[in-house]
Amino acid sequence: MANFKQYDTPKTARVSRLVENLFATPPQIEADRAVLLTESYRATEGEPIVTRRAKAFEHILRHIPITIRPDELIVGSSTKAPRSCQTFPEYSYDWLEAEFDTVATRSADPFFISEETKAALREVHTYWKGKTNVELATSLMAPEALKAFNVGIFTTGNYFYNGIGHVCVQYDKVLAVGFDGVRKEARAALAACSVGDADYAKRSHFLNAVIRSCDAVIAYAKRYAALAREEAAACVDDVRKQELLIIAANCERVPEFGARTFYEACQSFWFVQMLLQVESSGHSISPGRFDQYMYPYYKADMDAGRITPAFAQELIDCIWVKLNDLNKVRDAASAEGFAGYSLFQNLIAGGQDANGVDVTNDLSFMCLEATLHVHLPAPSLSVRVWNGSPHDFLIKAATVTRTGVGLPAYYNDEVIIPALMSRGISLEDARNYCIIGCVEPQCPGKTDGWHDAAFFNMCRIMELVFGDGMVDGVQVSIHTGDVSTFTTFEQFWDAYQRQMDYMLTLLVNSDNAIDAAHAERCPLPFQSALVDDCIANGRTMQEGGAHYNFTGPQGFGVANMADAMLAIKTLVFDRKEWTLADFRQALADNFGRPVADEHQVTAVAAQVAAALKAQGKTVAAEAVAAAVAKVMTADTVSPEKKARYDRLLADIDALPKFGNDNAEADEMARAVAYTYTRPMEKFKNPRGGQYQAGLYPVSANVPLGAQTGATPDGRLAKTPVADGVSPAAGRDTHGPTAAASSVARLDHAIASNGTLYNMKFHPTALAGRSGLENFVALLRGYFDQKGMHMQFNVVSRETLLDAQAHPENYRSLVVRVAGYSALFTTLSRSLQDDIIRRTEQGGF
Amino acid sequence: MTPDWYAVTGRIFDIQKFSLHDGPGIRTIVFLKGCYLRCKWCCNPESQEYHIQEMTLGGKTRTVGRDVTVEEVMAEVRKDRTYYRRSHGGLTLSGGESLAQPAFAQALLAAAKEEGFDTAMESTACAPYEHITPLLPYLDHYLLDIKHMDSHKHMAFTTQPNEQILANARRLAVEAKELIIRVPVIPTFNDSPEEIRAIAEFAASLPNVRELHLLPYHRLGQDKYAGLGRTYTLPDIMPPSDEHMQALRKVAAETGLRVQIGG
Repeated sequence: MANFKQYDTPKTARVSRLVENLFATPPQIEADRAVLLTESYRATEGEPIVTRRAKAFEHILRHIPITIRPDELIVGSSTKAPRSCQTFPEYSYDWLEAEFDTVATRSADPFFISEETKAALREVHTYWKGKTNVELATSLMAPEALKAFNVGIFTTGNYFYNGIGHVCVQYDKVLAVGFDGVRKEARAALAACSVGDADYAKRSHFLNAVIRSCDAVIAYAKRYAALAREEAAACVDDVRKQELLIIAANCERVPEFGARTFYEACQSFWFVQMLLQVESSGHSISPGRFDQYMYPYYKADMDAGRITPAFAQELIDCIWVKLNDLNKVRDAASAEGFAGYSLFQNLIAGGQDANGVDVTNDLSFMCLEATLHVHLPAPSLSVRVWNGSPHDFLIKAATVTRTGVGLPAYYNDEVIIPALMSRGISLEDARNYCIIGCVEPQCPGKTDGWHDAAFFNMCRIMELVFGDGMVDGVQVSIHTGDVSTFTTFEQFWDAYQRQMDYMLTLLVNSDNAIDAAHAERCPLPFQSALVDDCIANGRTMQEGGAHYNFTGPQGFGVANMADAMLAIKTLVFDRKEWTLADFRQALADNFGRPVADEHQVTAVAAQVAAALKAQGKTVAAEAVAAAVAKVMTADTVSPEKKARYDRLLADIDALPKFGNDNAEADEMARAVAYTYTRPMEKFKNPRGGQYQAGLYPVSANVPLGAQTGATPDGRLAKTPVADGVSPAAGRDTHGPTAAASSVARLDHAIASNGTLYNMKFHPTALAGRSGLENFVALLRGYFDQKGMHMQFNVVSRETLLDAQAHPENYRSLVVRVAGYSALFTTLSRSLQDDIIRRTEQGGF
Repeated sequence: MTPDWYAVTGRIFDIQKFSLHDGPGIRTIVFLKGCYLRCKWCCNPESQEYHIQEMTLGGKTRTVGRDVTVEEVMAEVRKDRTYYRRSHGGLTLSGGESLAQPAFAQALLAAAKEEGFDTAMESTACAPYEHITPLLPYLDHYLLDIKHMDSHKHMAFTTQPNEQILANARRLAVEAKELIIRVPVIPTFNDSPEEIRAIAEFAASLPNVRELHLLPYHRLGQDKYAGLGRTYTLPDIMPPSDEHMQALRKVAAETGLRVQIGG
C-alpha cells in the first residue's frame, strides 16, 4: 500500500473490557469539583479574579478524588464513576437545581444524581447567587436583545450558561517541554516585566496564575504516580503490577517534563485534554492534529525498536476510550439540541503541513483504525482532504464510514485554507488548520474562535417580514411595512434583509455581552497558558490574549428560505397567481393543517397530566390525551379554505427546489445565504476580533424548528428546519450527485466558521471495493466544486422504518437492492421490508 | 466536417443519475424508449412501446416518453461531469433497446465522447448488425444481455429467438472495445446451473470477453404493469437467494471468466 504501513492490528481484549466498563453504570453527577471550587472562592474574596481562578483550579487538583480504572494504560479521570460529570456553578446553576428530580429520568442524556450530591450542590449554590457568569451577562445585554433571544429568533445560550471551550491548545508544546517548560516561559515573561509598566498589575497576576496552574497540574500527575505505586504494591497479578509501575513512572515524568517515548506522549496528551475540561465546562475542546504532533514520538520509538505498532495502536485505542469517559450535564432543552452526551472533541487526521506538503502518516491510518476498534462517538474524528491526499487513506476512511458510526467527517483543504486566509490568517497558519467541535476550522494553538457563538434561525426572519417586525404577538424588531402593499420582489427581499440586519445587531449585542462577562468572571489561566500569544500579551484568552480572535454564530434554514423566496418570487411576482396576503394568511393558518403532530400531543398531554397531578387532581391519562389532542389538532379552517391551501401547497411543490442541481433554485440559495453571511463580517467582538458566519445547526434544527411557524416553502409549523446546508428534507429528489452539486453552489468560503452537509447513505450503497471507490469519487466530486465539509449518516434500521412511515422526508435515500441501487421510498413495501431485514443483519 | 450530433432527436423516458451498476464509476443512465423484446420479467415495461404512454402509479398518472434533442439530454448528463472524472464514470444508454433508435444512440454516444465521458450501452443486440457498427467508435463498454442459449425458450419468454443475438455477440467480441456479458437470472426461466453454465461457456468462447455479470431477478417493476393496464405474468416468483446466486457464480466461474453478482 503506497508509502504507508497499514497494520490493521486487531482490537485487543483490554480495549473491549475498557469499553464494556465504560457502559457498566449509568452516568452520574458528582459534586467534588463544585464543592472544592466554592471552598476556594470563599477563601479568596477580594483577590484579582485571575488569581482566584488559578487558586480554585489548584485547590481542585490537589483534592479532587482520583481513580485508576481497571485495565487502564492511560490514567486520569475527572470523576469517580465512568462517563460521569462534575458541575460548574460559576457559570450557572439554576437550571440544574430546578432539574435535580428529573435529570435522571429525562429522555435526552439522563444523569443519575444521589441525594447526597443534591444536598452538597444545594449548599454550594447558596454561595453563587449573584456571582455567576450568566447573571453578569444578562445585566450586560441590551433589553431589545434579551427580548429577541427570549422569543427564540436566535439563541446564544451555549456560552451564556457554560464555559466556552472550542479551542485546540498547544499539545505539541507540552509534549516537548512539559509544564515545567511552560512555567519557565511564564517566569521569563514575568522577569521581563517592570513594576512600572502600565499593565503590570494585570500582566503579573496573569503570569503568576499560569505558574500556579502549571504547579497544580504537575502535582495532580504526581498524585496519580503515587496512587499507581500504591495499587502496584497491593496487586497480586504480576502483569498488572508491572503495568501500574510503568504508569507510575509515566506520571512521575509527564506532563512535568517533555515526553521521551510515545507512551509518555500519550499520557501527557491525556492530562492536558482532561484537565482543560476540569478548568471550565466549555465543550469542543478539540485535540486537533493528533496524528501530526504525536508522530515524532511514534517514529522515534519505531526507529529505535522500542515499540510495536500493535502496542501503539492499543495506546491510541485507550485514548479513544478515555475521550468517551468525559461527560457534561446540560439543561434539558440543550440536551435535546446536543443529544448523545457529546463533547465534540474533534480530532483530525491527514492534510498538509505549513509548507503545503501532504503529511498523512501511519498514525493517520491508526486513528481511523482506533475508531473501527472502539466504535464510539468520541473523538469526533475528521479527515482532511485535498488534491494531494493519498487515495488509500480515503479508502480507509470510507471503510470507517461504511460501519455506520457516522465518522469520520471530511473537510476540504482547498476551500478552508483560502477561507481562513480571507480572515487575515497567514498562509502557513491556514495550512495548519484543524477542526473545532462540529465543523469549525481554526489555526490550532493560536486562536480563540468562539465558534459556537449562537444559533440563528433564518426562517424566523421570514416571520418578522410577514409580521412587520412582530412574532408571537411581540414587536421584537423594526417595521418594514405591511407585506400586502409590496409591489415588487425586490421590496420583499429588501424587507428580509433589513429585518436580518437588525436582528444581527441584537445577536451581536447578546454575544458581546456574554463575551465581556467571561472576561470579567471566568478568565482561564490554564487554557491560556497553552494558546499563543497569551503569555506574550500578558492576558487570558477571555481578555483577548490569543493571536487570532473570532466570534462565529451559526445561521441555519438556508434551504427553506431559498425555496420560500423562489416560491414568493414565482407565484406572487412573476406569475401573479397568489398574493403576499394569501401567503400571510396561509402561514398563519399553517396551510390549513393542524399545528401539532402525535408526538407533540403526547408530550403536551404528559405535561398537563403532571401539572394536574401536582395540583392533587387525578385524571385518567387517556382522558387528558383525548382532550389535549382535540384542542391541539382542531380543524379551524373551512373546507373551502383548506382546498385553497391545498392548491397553494401543490403550486409550491411544483416549483424547483434547492438540492436538485437546478441553477435557478441554487442561485437563490446562494443569495439567501449571503443575506446572513455578508453583514456578519462587519461586526467586531470585545477581544478585538471579527465576526464570521457559519452555516450549520448541530441538531438544533429540530428543537428550534419546533418554535418556528409555517414557512412559504410549504414547511409546516413546528416541523424541523433544514439540516445544515443540506436541502430541506425530502426536497432533493435527483439523487446524491445532484444534491451535492447544489450544496456546493453555495459560497462556502464566506461561511468561514464552517458549513455542515449531511448526506444519508445505506451501508449497501457502499458495498464492496467499488462501493468505496464510488463513495470517494462522490466526495471528491463535491469537493472539486468547492464544498467545504461532508459527513455521512449511514442509515440504521430505525431510519428505514421511519422512512417507511414518513417517505416524504426520505425521498433521496439510496439503497442497494441485490445488484441494483434505487431510491428507498420508490420500492414496494415488501422490498423495503427485505432491505430492513438486511440492515438488521448488517448484510453488506 | 463532424455532423451536428447535438441536433439529433430521439425518444427517451427517463434519465437517472448516480447509477453505480451499469458500467464503471458514477454514471448517468439515459433510458431510450422502444424495444424489440417483450421479456416477461422486464422491470421497465414502460420502455417497451415506442409510442408515448400514460402510466398510473400510486394514484398519479404521468406521461411516459418525450422527444428530445441530444443537446437537451447532454445538458442533464454533463451536470455530473466532476463525478465522472473522479470515478472514471460517464454515460450509459439503456432502455428499451437503444438499437431501435440507432441514429439517436450514435449521436448521444458521440456527443459524450466529444465531452470526454466514458460511454456504455446496455443492449440485447437484437438488431441488424449494420445498426450496431456506427456506434462502436464511440462506445467504451458494450453490456450485452444473453438470457438463454435455447432459442425456443428464449422465444417463449422474450418473444424473440436468440440466433441474431448470438451471431452479433460473436462479431462484437472482435469489434467492440470491450464486451461484457450480462445474464438476468430469472427463476423458472434460466436459473438452473445447467442453463447458466451454457451461457457462461458461450461467453467464455467469445474472444476478448473476460467478464460475466449475473443480475439477480428483482421485482422493482412489478407495480408498473398494472399502471400500464397490463398483467404481470410472473407474479409468484421470488428473487433468487444469496446462496443460490453464489452457487451459480461458482458454476459460471469454472469457465475461467471473472464472474460477479450484480453490475
